[in-house]
Amino acid sequence: MLEIKDLHVSVAGGTEIIKGLNLSIPAGEVHAIMGPNGSGKSTLSYVLAGHEGYEVTQGSITYMGQDLLAMDASERAQSGVFLAFQYPVEIPGVQNGYFLRSIVNAQRVSQGEPELNPVEFMKKVKEVLKLVKLEPNMLKRSVNEGFSGGEKKRNEVLQMALLAPKLCVLDETDSGLDIDALRIVGHGVDALKGPERSFLVITHYQRLLDHVVPDKVHVLQGGRIIHSGDKNLALELEERGYEWLIEGQS
Amino acid sequence: MSQAPLSKAEQNPEVSSLMAQKYQHGFVTDIESEVAAKGLSEETVRYISAKKNEPEWLLEWRLKSLEIFLSMEMPDWAQLNIPEIDYQDIHYFAAPKERPKSLDEVDPELLKTYEKLGIPLHERAALAGVAVDAVFDSVSVVTTFREELAKHGVIFCSFSEAVHDYPELIKKYLGTIVPRADNYFTALNSAVFSDGSFVYIPKGVRCPMELSTYFRINEANTGQFERTLIIADEGSYVSYLEGCTAPQRDENQLHAAVVELITHDDAEIKYSTVQNWYPGDEEGKGGIYNFVTKRGKCQGKRSKISWTQVETGSAITWKYPSCVLLGDESIGEFYSIALTNHFQQADTGTKMVHIGKNTKSHIISKGVSAGKSQSTYRGLVSVGPKAEGARNFSQCDSLLIGDLCGAHTFPYIEVSRQDAQVEHEATTSKVSEDQMFYCQQRGLSAEEAVALIVTGFCREVLNELPMEFAVEANKLLSVSLEGTVG
Repeated sequence: MLEIKDLHVSVAGGTEIIKGLNLSIPAGEVHAIMGPNGSGKSTLSYVLAGHEGYEVTQGSITYMGQDLLAMDASERAQSGVFLAFQYPVEIPGVQNGYFLRSIVNAQRVSQGEPELNPVEFMKKVKEVLKLVKLEPNMLKRSVNEGFSGGEKKRNEVLQMALLAPKLCVLDETDSGLDIDALRIVGHGVDALKGPERSFLVITHYQRLLDHVVPDKVHVLQGGRIIHSGDKNLALELEERGYEWLIEGQS
Repeated sequence: MSQAPLSKAEQNPEVSSLMAQKYQHGFVTDIESEVAAKGLSEETVRYISAKKNEPEWLLEWRLKSLEIFLSMEMPDWAQLNIPEIDYQDIHYFAAPKERPKSLDEVDPELLKTYEKLGIPLHERAALAGVAVDAVFDSVSVVTTFREELAKHGVIFCSFSEAVHDYPELIKKYLGTIVPRADNYFTALNSAVFSDGSFVYIPKGVRCPMELSTYFRINEANTGQFERTLIIADEGSYVSYLEGCTAPQRDENQLHAAVVELITHDDAEIKYSTVQNWYPGDEEGKGGIYNFVTKRGKCQGKRSKISWTQVETGSAITWKYPSCVLLGDESIGEFYSIALTNHFQQADTGTKMVHIGKNTKSHIISKGVSAGKSQSTYRGLVSVGPKAEGARNFSQCDSLLIGDLCGAHTFPYIEVSRQDAQVEHEATTSKVSEDQMFYCQQRGLSAEEAVALIVTGFCREVLNELPMEFAVEANKLLSVSLEGTVG
């Protein structure tokens, strides 16, 4: 599904943040990336999604056999790469329902399928709203504007469910959530797991991984993966922190 | 942020497909026309008046206006760079040769033109609930639904017809709201105005359908100088829509219109404009100079005038739809979207003149600038010495796309009373990279993303438009943003 080789990334024209990262995620697997602040976790998610503020100076990313770096952000999205944002962006004046239908239709058009009319779309979205326990009235509010932290994250999972992506990148989707919201979001994500869908879950804490159990856990430090393990590694990190690994490095 | 019902915002499914399109109304209709010789003179004025078989008093009025015009100078206070205009190089009158007596006699080419513009003139095919007056170059070619309207006593006809059929109303109101000497362009218009629409809503009548006029400039080197007069008698209501398009031509063309509105006690006029004159090409070549004076007088108590405009066209726009709030407790509103791209320039805004007691005004202006364009909001809120309890709220927001465009705001406030409440809020922002990235990460193209963000920015104004226009305005915004990103 995803093959990252010797990836080097700088902030456009500036500091190098990712310094030789290798990662392979087979279809159907859930991989978690953990690591201290500033280790390059969010940068990795932006690079995968095609943010122009970052420059790939070396290495390659192959996604479904294609050169991901040759595609722009919307092409990546249309071919099934989805990023659940740590800080979902507000778009004042644009109704969430209209936004959701627009993105679903953009994807359908790119795949040569007919657009959904508002009635057809409402039918589809109502089922998905239940998954993340959101009320239909949130479709009438402006995109993310005035949403609580929990609503924003649930709205991200809602979009993920609507677009049915192949590679889901979750950037600290658990941050700022209370226990109930975490459970809803975790459930929502877990329900989307499938043999053709891979997940890259970026998180600081074990708690999301209770709901979305990872096949592999990687520790990112200084722009490189310094340690990998199974789901038990996350528990160990929760208990011991990162220092024992970092010290082992130097 | 206002919450429109889902159905309304859901009305623009064509946005994405339209994104790739340029100015759509740039075609020319091949039709036999009668065109006045170029140049502005007493002879020209007499020619126009004679063509319209006007009464002597109106000819005199025109000639006096010409005299006033010739004594005036072109205004230069606007934040605009206007190339010199050669007033002797313009045709002041152009009309399709065959004047139809009824809809069946209208030249099929003309009907095709309006169909291309999406404005069916056949009543059976017309949009339910909208009566249309179509003005082609200097004349009104057809007005639909007249019989239906007549049942309610509503008069909706071309200005030229009104001069003949309702001379007492024209005499009583012409030039009383916008005096001919008001400014350079009103004097010019008063001398050479050709046609336009006339509306009278009798006492207590709520006009049963939307009235609309579509203006089309077709002939080359021709100016359009239309005049519109709307009278809302006591307790009446009318919603009036105005749309405008022109062919794509390399030279600049002048459009100098005058619109006068008046409301008597408890009457209300809602006036909406979607202005889509040809804006010129990407290099700034060609396009319409849109120098328009629009003013409404809330003569009566508790009367209301509301202007809503979506300005996306024209090379240069100079336009300040205003309200004179004379009647006690009268209300003036101004909702505006001005979008400029490439080399377009717009200097637009409003004047709210509070004279009566407890008068209220509300201004919402949304300026969107892209390319190398310049957009200016210029507004005046004045509270006179007798305007006890006057209140105003103004909000002027500017949105910039790219680094080469400009947005300017000139709010003038003149208050002569201690008890007046005048509030002004202004913001300037750029389409943020975060918003763009978020939309693109969901699979929207850069152009779709900009259109979506701009539409959201303009939402409060778009919500004020009647449904038929809201759809059109949404499409227009997208088309006008073509080429702003990528």
